[in-house]
Amino acid sequence: MSPKIEISLNGSTVEADASATVLEVALEHDLFVPHLCHHPDLEPAGVCRLCLVEVDGRMVTACNTPVTAGAKIRTDTPTVQQTRLGAVELLLVNHHGGTIDCEEGEACDLNRIARFVGADEARLGRYRPPDRTLPVDGSNPFFTFDPGLCVLCGICVRTCDEIVGVAAIDFVKRGFDTTIGSAPGKQWIDSDCVSCGECVERCPTGSLSFTGFETPEYEVTTTCTYCGCGCGIHLGVSGDRIVSARGQRENPSNEGRLCVKGRFGFTFVNSPERLTTPLIRRNGALEEATWDEALDLVAARFSAARGDAFAAIASAKLTNEENYLIQKFSRAVMGTNNVDHCARLCHSPSVAGLVQSFGSGAMTSSSKDLGDARCIFAIGTNTTAAHPIIGLQIMRSIRAGGRLIVANPREIELARHADLFIQHRAGSDVALLMGMMRVIVEEGLHDPEFIESRCENFEAFQESLAEYDDATVEEKTGVPFAKIAEAARMYAENSPAAILYAMGITQHTHGTDNVLATSNLAMLTGNVGVPSGGVNPLRGQSNVQGACDMGALPNVYPGYQKVELPEVRAKFEQAWGADLDDAPGLTHLEILRGVTAGPIRAIYLVGENPALSEADATHAREAMEKVDFLVVQDIFLTESAEYADVVLPAASFAEKDGTFTNTERRVQRVRKVIPPVGESRSDAWITCEIARRMGASGFEFESAEAVMEEIASLTPSYGGITHDRIDQVGLQWPCPDPSHPGTRYLHAETFPRPGGRGRFVPLEYRPPDEEPDAEYPLVLTTERSLYHYHTATMTRRVPGLETLRSEELVEIHPRDAVELQIASGDRVRVTSRRGEVEAHALVTEASPPGTISMTFHFHESPTNVLTNAAWDPVAKIPETKVCAVRVERA
Amino acid sequence: MTTTNLDPVLSAFERRPESLIPLLQAVQENLGYLPPDAMGTVARHARVPRSRVFGVASFYSQFRFNPVGRQRVAVCRGTACHVGGAKFILEQLERTLGILEGETTGDMEYSLETVACIGCCGLAPCITVNDEVSAKLTPMKVRKQFKKARK
Ligand code: SF4
Ligand code: SF4
Ligand code: FES
Ligand code: FES
Repeated sequence: MSPKIEISLNGSTVEADASATVLEVALEHDLFVPHLCHHPDLEPAGVCRLCLVEVDGRMVTACNTPVTAGAKIRTDTPTVQQTRLGAVELLLVNHHGGTIDCEEGEACDLNRIARFVGADEARLGRYRPPDRTLPVDGSNPFFTFDPGLCVLCGICVRTCDEIVGVAAIDFVKRGFDTTIGSAPGKQWIDSDCVSCGECVERCPTGSLSFTGFETPEYEVTTTCTYCGCGCGIHLGVSGDRIVSARGQRENPSNEGRLCVKGRFGFTFVNSPERLTTPLIRRNGALEEATWDEALDLVAARFSAARGDAFAAIASAKLTNEENYLIQKFSRAVMGTNNVDHCARLCHSPSVAGLVQSFGSGAMTSSSKDLGDARCIFAIGTNTTAAHPIIGLQIMRSIRAGGRLIVANPREIELARHADLFIQHRAGSDVALLMGMMRVIVEEGLHDPEFIESRCENFEAFQESLAEYDDATVEEKTGVPFAKIAEAARMYAENSPAAILYAMGITQHTHGTDNVLATSNLAMLTGNVGVPSGGVNPLRGQSNVQGACDMGALPNVYPGYQKVELPEVRAKFEQAWGADLDDAPGLTHLEILRGVTAGPIRAIYLVGENPALSEADATHAREAMEKVDFLVVQDIFLTESAEYADVVLPAASFAEKDGTFTNTERRVQRVRKVIPPVGESRSDAWITCEIARRMGASGFEFESAEAVMEEIASLTPSYGGITHDRIDQVGLQWPCPDPSHPGTRYLHAETFPRPGGRGRFVPLEYRPPDEEPDAEYPLVLTTERSLYHYHTATMTRRVPGLETLRSEELVEIHPRDAVELQIASGDRVRVTSRRGEVEAHALVTEASPPGTISMTFHFHESPTNVLTNAAWDPVAKIPETKVCAVRVERA
Repeated sequence: MTTTNLDPVLSAFERRPESLIPLLQAVQENLGYLPPDAMGTVARHARVPRSRVFGVASFYSQFRFNPVGRQRVAVCRGTACHVGGAKFILEQLERTLGILEGETTGDMEYSLETVACIGCCGLAPCITVNDEVSAKLTPMKVRKQFKKARK
């Protein structure tokens, strides 16, 4: 808080923040001073000249004039009024020809200001009207730009630059012709715009407006269902349709900001393709059935498959309450620990690795604090595409002078902002990180005090560094060692330094080692236990953190309490009134393999689509085809549901109550916004119904809130969480008791390990399972598009997102393209040892020579048919990030 | 991808935003105008957003975004010509040539631009075509002079 000073405002003495501007003080005292180019989120610009006031008799623009002690401010002198009126009139003439009565009405600030200053249309005839009309730009599927309404306040330009960091648009041309644009003759859609709509949200006139905007009847505050950023949103409803989305400003995770999916991606909820009734396979075809028929059938078939013949695959898209219920159902009713979910395929190494080194497998910092880091090291994360709102924190850190190191085999968007961009070979992360650590130790840039007082096993670790000499590291990574040394110094010398990573680190046969390398690096430099540092695995799905926390994992109960520990098991046996299995169950891939090789006869697949998401997807499809009894519970008839014996229609995130835990461990409310579509029911209801029909007790919950009470009673880190407490703002676990304020960053004093110390782990470099050879000479790495999400079940049912990206693209370097005689747009066939896929090629320098990349969003080109299911020995995650392929023209 | 390799031109300049204007001048000198690809390349070299390159370039009248036509038509907008109706001359040229100010015809024959006073105020309103002055124009005269371009 800055000190207070006294000033005089229109004759009365008021107190003001010494760092405030005149405009802020006036507004704070409910004194309206017209302003157009000022926005509280942006730096002052002072371009519209409407905020004129007199300070000590001199006319100034209030928005960029700081208050000074004793200043005499007048906002309403005749000179001010006169000058301001002139300025408003000039703007009006250039604003759709000077009509004040326009349909934008109150939505247009200029309109409001015109009324406030008493502008009169009749007087505008004195001015010369603009002599050229510029065409409306409707090229973006979600919003429209009408240059005729633009007042050139520059709020959009500054939003895109200062907040989004994209700077897609700027003032272009000069004088009367000045407008907002990107390149000669280009439309908005041709710019670098990522369609986040942040500029539209802030445009003070009707110039930038949402296309087809429908004013909602009311709004409900909930949490975005897409990525792990976990943004707070207000969803607007008209009838029983979702018609709008707005960021929740009070939510610390996003402070009102949203990405393109969060702002425009919810029409899938009301898609006519939603599943609205249960389906049962009869004579080979899925036919409509009643809930009673479907549930009775499921209950009977599951009853006959109790024990290890059964497996459940839960989902990171379900609420905490629902994941809790599914794992409880599997363990207490079905009598097996065979329950897992898609975190196995994304962040299981984070859990395995970080638990080993820190004792807790979650992001150590808060998203918002990352913006205050002095250095951000983003390795294996395409943050602006996969975690856009955390990407904004990276931009904030850079703007404040922080350093950015980006390490990625692909030249991702972030690389353009980086102080150092390291394009290392896919899968060489351990060599890269250990090489950096050797430099840090050799140059004495490490933090001996932290190592001494907070960590263990340093000596053994230090010895393992010797192996990573310059030549070895260069050879493995393909990066000049000098650059790696520079990165090491930059990271070590700018504290706090935060490591951000995602699937580029985890989806390897040495994923756990990669994670351990990041935690070694953070401990080595004392960057753990501080607010803006740490190791930050960016979790992919909206509730992947929560699904893990809830024990939808084969080896742990809720709160990572191990199933093998007798005292833990006794606690759950007592609480659930059932005998529990003491052996860890099967993991995701093992479950599907268990169909062919082992005991699995019935699978309960909830909110997951292995037909597209599983590495070596053909195998997954075979398993689903073959298994005796497959129940698929989802909101759409997914590619996997087509193999089901029974399909149960689930309610979407907008049709039920519960909680999601986002990547920064914040437990937040999910609320029922509209009634369930058709006959669909919440996943919680469905699971409880099956359990009840199997004669089980312990599933008679009246509400999601009641489920959370049971969770809190059994899960120490959630002990203090109730729906009541997180009504407005979510709490970050650990939150052990009802008076605990939640935990902003982890490991402040000690590590939650026996002995309380963080553990260094010596590491040995291991190459990827499959390396290119003569037959399969290229490396395929997988990535994500900003416009789609996972297997795109939801996003491809949003027409605008489908417009922005509608097909798979094989990204290939010009050098390889020339060799293979491939041009952008050519149809190509990609073949690996496991299968082949066709798609169009995109020749781009973003892919390094020798490496191609594809997403896995498009069922027409199911990339995971190609990927390698060889897995990490500890976390059992498949190596989705590296496999050997061959490319040819199709 | 740029068809012309600009590396030799760019490498003379430091990779900083401050190099932007000299970079643009050098590229224009080399290519005759600033094609979109080249502006993208400049953006990367100067480490500025692509939009800023166009924003800055389009602020200065010295930069062109289209190749110059074989016949470079320049309409004078000096005071005398302005008073004499330069605006109507320009409009007529735009109609006749089928391009807007700053553009070039598809066959590369004509490009159209405006310039400040060309020093023939006594002959206003006037234009130059490859530095040859046509004087005391009217829209009708303009149409006649350029009629053959309208096929
Ligand atoms: S929508 Fe987002 S990315 Fe696009 S111009 Fe606006 S602020 Fe920039
Ligand atoms: S960043 Fe993630 S959580 Fe936030 S709006 Fe976008 S998809 Fe939703
Ligand atoms: S609000 Fe102050 S100049 Fe625009
Ligand atoms: S008055 Fe119509 S958009 Fe401003």
